Amino acid sequence: MGIMHKIGMAELDVCKAPDSITTLGLGSCIGCVIYDPTTKICGMVHVMLPDSTKIRNNETIAKFADTGVKELHRLVIKAGANKAKLVSKIAGGAQMFPFKDGNDMLRVGERNSEGVLKALKELGIPVLAQETGGSVGRTIEFYPEDGRLLIKSVGKTPYAV
Amino acid sequence: MSQDNMNEMEFDVLREIGNIGSGHAATALAKMLNQKVDIKVPKAVVCDFNALCQMVGGEEKLVIGILLTLDGDVDGMMMFIMDLPSAYSLLRKMMFVDLKDEDELNEMHESALHEIGNIITGAYLSSLSDLTKLKINASIPYMSRDMAGAVLSVPAIEFGKLGDKAVMIETEFDDSGEDTLNGYFLLIPTMESYGKIMSSLGIC
Repeated sequence: MGIMHKIGMAELDVCKAPDSITTLGLGSCIGCVIYDPTTKICGMVHVMLPDSTKIRNNETIAKFADTGVKELHRLVIKAGANKAKLVSKIAGGAQMFPFKDGNDMLRVGERNSEGVLKALKELGIPVLAQETGGSVGRTIEFYPEDGRLLIKSVGKTPYAV
Repeated sequence: MSQDNMNEMEFDVLREIGNIGSGHAATALAKMLNQKVDIKVPKAVVCDFNALCQMVGGEEKLVIGILLTLDGDVDGMMMFIMDLPSAYSLLRKMMFVDLKDEDELNEMHESALHEIGNIITGAYLSSLSDLTKLKINASIPYMSRDMAGAVLSVPAIEFGKLGDKAVMIETEFDDSGEDTLNGYFLLIPTMESYGKIMSSLGIC
């Protein structure tokens, strides 16, 4: 058994099997995993906002989908992953409060999903699993040993994708 | 202006607003429960997003969050967070029901919690409005019962548009019984509204 690396909001980290990586209590944020099944090297980023170009204070690159996913991609390759083999899994992007009006501020979960998918597409990384939307918080754990993404929500049995 | 370069003076102002707001909230709570409610001096804390979750008891701790959106002179949102034991103890006192901490909430309980959130945040907002002479309209309350990290992601994202810090006010209500109620307020004005609040108080 390896150790489990933990990342918080607007953070990212890279690890290799037998280690694993987790982020706790994802709400409207997105946890995005990029990994190479051949070398079992992976990384996870916990992004909060879809687009860094819309925000003036944008130095924290792991906070945004566009810059965060790109930086994660760079670090995973730097750690030894094969660029051509990279795949990804994403989770989060929930709407935590049942707003009825169309206030854009409140659709941030959905826009975060779109932002992350766009960044992954630009890098040419296929998305193998997407567990986004809904109205529940998620804790996620990724095991590069077998590529399993474990998802835990309140009142539900944990499941892997 | 961002919260990263917030000065000591502005910090004191937010703490004072928290102080007065919590006082009003305690009075409103006392009326509702028909019993004495004391408050301890609220703590206003400026911290990064991950410390925010730690203050409430960790990312995976179950909490109840009540959120209202604001418009008028101040745009943004306001959130009140309490842990499950506090929420359940309030419900027991308010509704005279035998509710155990592991019981599920029914529709009536949820509606009562909405009302509690409405009263507490309303008292807070009206003191802010009195102090600044700004007009603040609040939406109806929305509730979420989930992991603290997930509930707090909503205000954290709003703060995230301004910088890498959040401002939270921790309030401990003590109703002189065996239970204490721990609550946390988050006021998240948009950047423009934040400047308005400060300048209406004669700062900056």
